[in-house]
Formats: sequence, structure tokens, C-alpha cells
Amino acid sequence: MSVSNIDWSEIAQATLDTLTMLGGSMVLTVILGLPLGVILFLTGKGQMLQNRAANGALSLLVNILRSVPFVILLIVMIPLTVALVGTSLGVPGAIPPLVVGAAPFFARLVETALREVDKGVIEASFAMGAKRRQVVLGALLPEAMPGVIAAATVTAIALVSYTAMAGVVGAGGLGDLAIRFGYQRFQTDVMVVTVVLLLVLVQVLQMVGDTVVRRVSHR
Amino acid sequence: MIAFEAVSKTYAPQANAKGGGNAALSEVSLSVKAGEVFGVIGASGAGKSTLIRLINGLEKPTGGRVVVDGDDVAALGVEGLRALRRRVGMIFQHFNLLSSKTVADNVAFPLKLAGRPAAEVKARTAELLARVGLSDHATKYPAQLSGGQKQRVGIARALATGPKVLLCDEATSALDPETTEQILDLVSNLNRELGLTIVLITHEMDVVRRVCDRVAVLEAGRVVESGAVEDVFLHPASDTARRFVREADGEPAADAMLAGRVVRLTFRGEATYKPVLGEVARATGVDYSILGGRIHRLRETPYGQLTLALTGGDVDAAIALFQAEGVRVDHVGENGR
Repeated sequence: MSVSNIDWSEIAQATLDTLTMLGGSMVLTVILGLPLGVILFLTGKGQMLQNRAANGALSLLVNILRSVPFVILLIVMIPLTVALVGTSLGVPGAIPPLVVGAAPFFARLVETALREVDKGVIEASFAMGAKRRQVVLGALLPEAMPGVIAAATVTAIALVSYTAMAGVVGAGGLGDLAIRFGYQRFQTDVMVVTVVLLLVLVQVLQMVGDTVVRRVSHR
Repeated sequence: MIAFEAVSKTYAPQANAKGGGNAALSEVSLSVKAGEVFGVIGASGAGKSTLIRLINGLEKPTGGRVVVDGDDVAALGVEGLRALRRRVGMIFQHFNLLSSKTVADNVAFPLKLAGRPAAEVKARTAELLARVGLSDHATKYPAQLSGGQKQRVGIARALATGPKVLLCDEATSALDPETTEQILDLVSNLNRELGLTIVLITHEMDVVRRVCDRVAVLEAGRVVESGAVEDVFLHPASDTARRFVREADGEPAADAMLAGRVVRLTFRGEATYKPVLGEVARATGVDYSILGGRIHRLRETPYGQLTLALTGGDVDAAIALFQAEGVRVDHVGENGR
């Protein structure tokens, strides 16, 4: 194995693509998944907006999306992706399936984090004369924040592996590089470099996530 | 200030359970006067939590009416209920502070919810923290405080919107005896200094004895006894009340082997400190054996209660003399002969 036949500019470009896919899809995942998780929680049994029909429908949707393997989702979504962003290729083409794959996962984790919030705190907020919206924004979400950030960290790391899979359908990025050069052309060195880069990325995400959780947790 | 008019509360039956729901309260009627400390004592599951939550509308009655400060709680709309809750503060067994907010932000929370201006929130928060003695802890988080300090934050928070009524939901049950005493002192002071009407629920007779003016005894969702704390404590009429009093004092050793007439004497106020026993014994030639007794205080009033076996001499004359001294005499039993 020699390092001489690695095209570093290609690696740099692939890294940048992976980071763009990750950043873009993560932002949209939080924007869609957080409210979805909150609604899943609030419409649940014994909660303030208890609604069996709405909760059942949302829960079913989330379960369906989560049960489709991501590689399949990528392909099934191609027509929808083209309709949404005009292409199913490159970084833009990867973002819709990434978000659709990750948002339900994140929503479930958010729902779980909200369930961990002490019910007494919610009751106390109502006893102080809070409106529902004030209870959710002023008490429920701040109390669940460490759990929500931990959920975002887990989701971001899942997204890293999804971006690598997205490489299969021409999304670009480090995963694509690993498959095209490392696997199809037997360039083990490229494979090693991409794997190391992905590993470093996951480590950094986990460390940043843990640090932020520690910061916001005052338990 | 607060009136329960034949209030019932039945929880909807579980889908899988048989029968028709679970009655937490049945036909409860009681009234709490402005400025008094009213205790509700009962075992767990007696309906205390439900009862206190009906006052600020956290629970809705399924029958009867709860009237607080002139408002029928169940008839209030969303805004009316929020306004009522600003006039009724509440503290909890497990404090229920927001772990994500500092002490000062916890106290400020109800003021922010009410949309008060920032300058007022700040000044009022500082004033409240000073009142509960936590000014030095304003920037700490609840996790850094002791149980007693957490309950002080809870109290400051409950007082933030200047309520007329304070609800105490087992507020000292998670605290050690010393801290319990401090919190009860604070609650008593608030009652005296602010004229706050206080409703507290507890399973400890000791808490009732220390701070309450009147008490209701709850058993399986019904009020089995209520009245002034002195009366209920010294002369409990119901089995439930007797059980709670025994828990607080320990049972007198009523020994069936002893001869003579067994009576219970109750001294209240100044009579507690008079040497009545010796005087009566000398005057009537009656001998007494003390079988059990307690001398204590109910809030400010000293009281004593002694169970005696009286033998020899003129027992009837002795009893008449006790009564003349303002001592209540109850017959417990006759032994021997």
C-alpha cells in the first residue's frame, strides 16, 4: 500500500461533501423531528393533548419510515427527491432521503427524552398558572434539553453512516469514494483514509455532543 | 375562603377493569376560613392528594362544587383558572423545581408566566429569596441544594404572585425531622405575617399538631371527623383519628391487671402546670397509679393527658374535684373487684 496514488484533492472534496450532507440534513432533521417528537409525546396517553387517533396515525407513519432499510429508502424516494430538489444526484439529491430517514428516528428519541421529564414539574407549572404553550416551551423542553441533545448526537452519528450509504446512489462524499476507489478499484489506501476520516468525524460528534449535554445538565 | 360542597371525585374506570370507576372522594363537605391553617390528615390512598388538587383545579370534581375565594373552580374558563392559580400557591412533597433553571429563575418563573415586566420580576425575586433566607443561593441550581433549601425555593416560588392561599401537598414528608420543623415554622410565620390561608395535607399527626388550627380526618374518600385540632387531638372520636393520635404519641399502657377505676384526665392551658394530682389525692385519700401520659403543646397551648388507675378513698369525690379544677375526666374502665 502506498500513499502516492491517493488524490488528496478528491478526498478533500469528498470530505466537504459529507460534511455538507451531514450539516444540511441534520438541520432539517431537527426542524422536522423535534416538533414531531413533541407532538408524539403530547398526544400520548395521559398527556396534555391526549389524542388516540392523532397519536396512532403519527406513530404508524414513524414506524413505517423507520422500518424501511435506508438503502431501500434511498431508491424508493428517487422520484420524490427529483420532484423536491430537481435531481437525485450529488449532495442536494442526498438530503431529502437523509432527512426522511433520520427525522422519524430523532422524533422517537425526542419523545423518549420528554417522557423522562418529571411529571411533578409539569404539574407545578400548571399550578403556577402556565398556559400549555408556556409549559411546553418554558418547562418541558428546557427540562428535557440534555436528553434532546443526546438524541441529536446519536442522530448525527446515524446520519454519518447514512451519508456513506447515500454514496451508493451517486450522492458523493466519503462513502462514495470508499466504494468507487477502495472497493471497486482495490485501492486499499483510499479505503483506509476514508474510514479513518469517518471515524474521526464520529468521535468529534460524540465528544461535542457529550460536552454540550454536560453543559446544559444541572441535575 | 374555600368551601367544599358535597364534592365527589370518581376516576374513569380503566378500560380493562371491572365495575364503575374508582371513587377517590365521596360527598366531602368542609370549609376553610380566611387566615387559618387547615390540615387534612389521612393514610395514603385516602384521597388527600385529590382533595388538595380540586382547590386549584388540577383535578375537576365529578359531583358537588368547590368554591375558592368566591369562584366555583369547575365553572372557571381557561383564563379564569389561570387567574385563580395566581391567587393560590402550591408546594409539593418532592419540591418539583425546574432542574434546568437556577434558584432565582425558578422563583421568577410564575412571574414571567404572568407576563410581569423584567424589572419587577427581578426586584420581587430578590425580595422572596430574602424572605426564605436563600439570597446567597440565587445563582445555584436546585441539584446543589439540600432538601430543606429546595422546599424554601418551592415556598418562595409559590409566594411569587402574591397568593391568598397556600396549598401544601405533603410538603414536609420528604424531609428529616429537624428540617421539617424549620419548614413548618416558616409556614406558620407566613400564615401570621401575611395572613395567608393555608391548606396542608399530611399523614403525620405531628405536623397537624404543630401548625394547624383545624383539621379534617379523611378515610377512604370521606371526612370521618373534623374540628379544632385540640378537640380532635385530645378527644378523637373516630377510629382513624385515634390511630393517628396513637402514632404521634405512643399508646398508654392500659394494664388490665391493675385494680381500681381507670380514667383519663385531660389538662389544657394553665391547668397543665398546676399540682392538681397531689391536691386531690390528699383531699380525698385516693391513691393513683399513672398508666400512661403525655405533656406537650398544641401550637401555643400546653396540654397534658394522663391515664390513671384510682384506688381507695372516695373516687367519686376525687373525680368531682378534678372536674372542678377544669380537668376533663373520661372513664376508660373499671377493673378488679
